[in-house]
Amino acid sequence: MNDLTDLGVKAIRDGVAAGTFSAREVAEAFNAAVAAASQLNAFIVTTPEHALAAADRVDAARAAGQPLGKMAGVPIGMKDLFATHGVQTTAASHILEGFKPQYESTVSQNLWNAGAGMLGKLNMDQFAMGSSNETSHFGNVISPWRRADGGNADLTPGGSSGGSAAVVSGRIAPAATGTDTGGSIRQPAALTGIAGIKPTYGRCSRWGVVAFASSLDQAGSMARDVTDCAIMLEAMAGFDPKDATSLDLPVPDWSTSLSPDMRGKRVGIPREYRVEGMDPVIDALWQQGVAWVKDAGAEVVEISLPHTSYALAAYYIIAPAEASSNLARYDGVRYGLRELPDGAGLQDMYAATRAAGFGDEVKRRILIGTYVLSAGFYDAYYNQAQKVRALIAHDFERAWGECDVILTPTAPNAAFALGEKLADPLAMYLNDVFTVPASLAGLPAMSVPAGLDASGLPLGLQVIGKPFDEQGVLDACLAIEHRAGFAARPEKWW
Amino acid sequence: MSIDRATVAKIASLARIRMSDDELDRMAPELSQILDWVEQLGEVDTAGVEPMTAVIPNHLRLREDIINANPLTGGGRRDAVLANAPAAEHGFFGVPKVIE
Repeated sequence: MNDLTDLGVKAIRDGVAAGTFSAREVAEAFNAAVAAASQLNAFIVTTPEHALAAADRVDAARAAGQPLGKMAGVPIGMKDLFATHGVQTTAASHILEGFKPQYESTVSQNLWNAGAGMLGKLNMDQFAMGSSNETSHFGNVISPWRRADGGNADLTPGGSSGGSAAVVSGRIAPAATGTDTGGSIRQPAALTGIAGIKPTYGRCSRWGVVAFASSLDQAGSMARDVTDCAIMLEAMAGFDPKDATSLDLPVPDWSTSLSPDMRGKRVGIPREYRVEGMDPVIDALWQQGVAWVKDAGAEVVEISLPHTSYALAAYYIIAPAEASSNLARYDGVRYGLRELPDGAGLQDMYAATRAAGFGDEVKRRILIGTYVLSAGFYDAYYNQAQKVRALIAHDFERAWGECDVILTPTAPNAAFALGEKLADPLAMYLNDVFTVPASLAGLPAMSVPAGLDASGLPLGLQVIGKPFDEQGVLDACLAIEHRAGFAARPEKWW
Repeated sequence: MSIDRATVAKIASLARIRMSDDELDRMAPELSQILDWVEQLGEVDTAGVEPMTAVIPNHLRLREDIINANPLTGGGRRDAVLANAPAAEHGFFGVPKVIE
């Protein structure tokens, strides 16, 4: 076995269970890949000992003839938004630098209970605010992908789960956790040629996940194919009484029920997603996706989601509003950074701590949120945005009368060069145009690799499903995956 | 331009974020641009629409009325609670003097 790092979740788990290789061999191979990939800056801290200890437990359990978990022997990357006991958790911010949680997030604990181990904490956009991984206090994550034009421009892996996307596409981890507030799993997955699913809001517990916008935040899995995402999501999901919005529903066996047969299924194509000035390459990919789902037996129907064009504006009121409230907890008193200028009182300490601890994008969103929630503006901005959000959710509800899943592009463009969009915050926000509506409606949605652009960079298609119908989303993505035959991978230069 | 420098300074003060003059000069046009862009929501007819309060219908639960039913979220964890405090003293969070 030379290239254990070429294996995905299912292949590793099944190989460990069959005794083809040991979990320790797998952990050692990925620990080595992590150590060799520091140029990508994908990890904030690495935890090789955690991966080895988990692997040893799996090998011992197998030797003792005990049953093995769904993720037994699979070492993964953990986005630095998940609290991990005794391991620094920063949300890629300065204000939480050095913070070592005294507890484990429910999602990460579920993964360890299923036999997974941790390779390290993954870099990301600061507090998950960003679409290019350029807002991290710990520096940009560099995508393993490069343009085929011979240039060596450093590209974005997307964001906010940029570290997750970089390590999975670079064969540095077989899978990684992500979180998605407006597209933070799906957009980086698309930009790096991997699969990523955001389940229905409430499937994965938010307990122990650093909060950004609580009505939108949802954890999910990122891996190289649909099956691996399904297996990992099964391990992550489940009811948690510690999260008031957790869904009290059994977790289906998505991975064993997977079927690429779409006969009898209706796939909706929303006409409002054909935005003005759409890149012809993205449009062509979308048409190819339509042909693929037809080939899988689906009936394709045009649908209308009339309030789509207002989704981004509503999102950029609601998410900053919730963020301004959630991030009020960083006060320099209970955890994280404290800045105490000479002679400063309590209020000065708060202001100095938050000035030093938050990056520009985080400050921008806290200020927007504070403004739209302030006296006199609440109705015009926040309440109106929540009404528009209700209309967007209603658009989807009506669409489900005509179709079972919805097919769209994931992102309006392929990966861009680092620095290219940073000067204009608004242009960066537009990268989430296709992913935000499903977030506002709490729907399961997934990106699946579908092709390459003229520069050899990956592009993804998005499937959106009904509430609780992760199975329908995964099945449609599997049908696309079978037909796309996406085998491209970044050439190792790091 | 929907908000001026003075308004940004006021919001920053409400949000307890100290800002230099340079930062205020930089942020004011950026925030204005974003707020001008979200103004488009005013076009949407929302008469009779209830603002969304829960994205997925869910009932609110009560925890069992038992002290420390879950030790992770119960009491008696003072040291763990203080473990990351920048200035814990005598079993409390330390802060600068509040009362003159």
